[in-house]
Amino acid sequence: MKRRDYLKNIGLSSLGLAVLNPDARAMEQLENTNGVPKAAALKIPGGRTKDEAERDAKLMAEVFLNKHELDTITILSDIIIPADKKSGSASQSGVTGFIEFIVKDKPELKTPVRGGLRWLDSESNRRFSKLFTQITPAQRINIVDDIAYPEKAKKQFSQGVNFFTLMRNLTATGFYTSRIGIDDLGYKGNTPNEWKGVPADVLKQYGLSYDD
Amino acid sequence: MINNSIYIQSQQEVFDVVIVGSGAGGGMAAHTLTKAGAKVCLLEAGQPFDPADPKYITQLKWPYESPRRGTGTTRAFGDFDAAYGGWEIDGEPYTRKNGTKFDWFRARMVGGRTNHWGRISLRFGPDDFKRKSIDGLGDDWPIGYDDMKPFYDKIDKMLGVFGTNEGLRNDPDGFFLPPPKPRLHELMIKKANKALGIPTYPSRLSILTKSINNERGACFYCAQCSRGCSAYADFSSSSVLVKPAMATGNLTLLPFAMAREVMTDAATGLATGVSYVHTGTLQEYSVRGKIVMLAASAGETARLLLNSKSSRFPDGIANSSGVVGKYINDSTGASRSAIIPKLFDRKVYNEDGVGGLHVYTPWWGDNKKLDFPRGYHIEYGGGMGMPSYGFGWGIEGLNGKENYTRDGLRKAAGGYGATLKEDYRRYYGSYVGFSGRGEPVPREDNYCEIDPNVVDKYGIPVVRFNYKWSDYEIKQAKHMQDTFEQIIQEMGGDALGKKPGADTNYGLADPGRIIHEVGTARMGNNSSTSVVNSNCQAHDVKNLFLADSSPFVSQGDKNATWTILALSLRTSEYIIDQRKKANL
Repeated sequence: MKRRDYLKNIGLSSLGLAVLNPDARAMEQLENTNGVPKAAALKIPGGRTKDEAERDAKLMAEVFLNKHELDTITILSDIIIPADKKSGSASQSGVTGFIEFIVKDKPELKTPVRGGLRWLDSESNRRFSKLFTQITPAQRINIVDDIAYPEKAKKQFSQGVNFFTLMRNLTATGFYTSRIGIDDLGYKGNTPNEWKGVPADVLKQYGLSYDD
Repeated sequence: MINNSIYIQSQQEVFDVVIVGSGAGGGMAAHTLTKAGAKVCLLEAGQPFDPADPKYITQLKWPYESPRRGTGTTRAFGDFDAAYGGWEIDGEPYTRKNGTKFDWFRARMVGGRTNHWGRISLRFGPDDFKRKSIDGLGDDWPIGYDDMKPFYDKIDKMLGVFGTNEGLRNDPDGFFLPPPKPRLHELMIKKANKALGIPTYPSRLSILTKSINNERGACFYCAQCSRGCSAYADFSSSSVLVKPAMATGNLTLLPFAMAREVMTDAATGLATGVSYVHTGTLQEYSVRGKIVMLAASAGETARLLLNSKSSRFPDGIANSSGVVGKYINDSTGASRSAIIPKLFDRKVYNEDGVGGLHVYTPWWGDNKKLDFPRGYHIEYGGGMGMPSYGFGWGIEGLNGKENYTRDGLRKAAGGYGATLKEDYRRYYGSYVGFSGRGEPVPREDNYCEIDPNVVDKYGIPVVRFNYKWSDYEIKQAKHMQDTFEQIIQEMGGDALGKKPGADTNYGLADPGRIIHEVGTARMGNNSSTSVVNSNCQAHDVKNLFLADSSPFVSQGDKNATWTILALSLRTSEYIIDQRKKANL
């Protein structure tokens, strides 16, 4: 088949570049002159460039949020998106790990998230003399209800409201871009198919047709 | 095969043609010339890329396969987008002048920006070449639609584009594959537009809804053209032009080759080749050619011309007119989005479709009756797409609205828990987006030049932009916003956010953001007011040609790519003809 030949050629040309190219060796030498000996060769995942893979590996190795902070995020994200009869909770979908990574990827989130968590613990201490992770679920809701509704929250909680809004947004994005969240929405795409138009019953529901 | 032995300091071989840049223009030139038997060397500043090679494939990946869920922290349009490079590239700066703005998007890869582009393939109409004759502003092209029509026709058939023949005077018919049926929100937009007297037609995208040869497959409707297609079912220069050009055996492709200067013969003033830096080794090389074609993008081509200085060309090659860099212009752009409550709790089905809009609105207004001289077209978005980073963001601005709950009772905005989860489900697929893309009036005082103080990491002097929108473009953006709001209201939707007003130039995007910059070395019959003639051949250097959007005199209310391709094909055929006649 012609197409198979085509694909074979592609493999050859890209392989050829890596193996045969004297310049590739020269490029490596150039990179090694930075003084730092190269660590074990980085595996570049499909779809990533070398620079991107290096940046990802660096971010993965970085530790920013500590265990207590991550525990607090887990509790908070499950208050925002709990399990229900249709799907699992935020933490079950991996939201904690997502937030752990994204604050390193977008450093401008570091202080709002860390500071917000401190605000939450200090508020919890003020009300219940314990950290947010140590109080009862009902006590947690007592605090959350004061910061979850931007339009009716008291002014004194405005910083907490901002933090909770950020956590709601991060949790929703993390959840609905996970396998569990995508299945919850029922998204049916990202797979080879044939588009034949809007289903007839849907057209009827909205009083539309393809004949107009 | 990429011929690696070519990276030697003094190349003995003299190619028939040396081309700089492998995007739409360079790819088309390489394809046309190698098919005709010419020995061609194609320089590309970026890395190799093939959308069917697993090393590069992002198509059909899920958001959770990216640790950042696809957001654009490292790659401008997100982890899955097929454009390496972006607005800012490490070690390759550019600057701006006089407090003006211009953002410059560059893709560093074989195929350039055609790997991720929107595939919107609109040929120019008769008016688009003759704007000065119509409104007295800017300049006419030295060629007209009749000169270009045969080449548009050829590329329609060769590259594949879907659409419909509507008999519109300034949006001419072509050779179209069947268009996909509109999605639900697109039918709603069409209905609303009909009531408002705004036309809506099937879009025209270079996506193969039917297979056209056995080297390329047909679209399988994943909506991800921006990631590059492993079936080659959409047009990108890398897969559709460069690859077949390689198969001729006449093409030497040099990736990692950042062009520094066009070399010239001091005695004859003719171009003799191109010097370049290998971006990996920083070694200097040159490659010789009987003809040189620049297709590096409007900005990079101007930079190359201006940087190619010699005693014969003190202001840069092909620049005796002083016009190189001037008249740079990008499409105007403004957008708005809305929620359509009628679409709440909609039935979920696979609505991906092709990687772009299924319907669009070409310019329908009469500028003689309006307070701005040029038109725009509207692109529509929406539907039940694959969630990615940003999904669900800002729900506190929605779920406190009247009638946004299932039981009709107003609730407090924001919140948490089971009812919040219901809100995300309920609103999924109820967004629509509107984007206007319009024609600016090119101005001599919008220009790019060489920054006298700054070089990039290769030691090549960088480009400095000076660009400002005029009232023409700002008033056009206002018209876009008014139109979007009319359509949203007619659909029974709620526009999101505050309507952009005069304080933000009505949401008019900063210059460069639409990535349609053209016109830095415009064509014309007068060598004192233009850089190239009507065959894109430099007035000053007869073996130097331009094959990207730099020769555009104006850019129409269309997108530039289809005209870049048609023009490059026309220029390449001219070169073949002139070679046969021994004129070159």
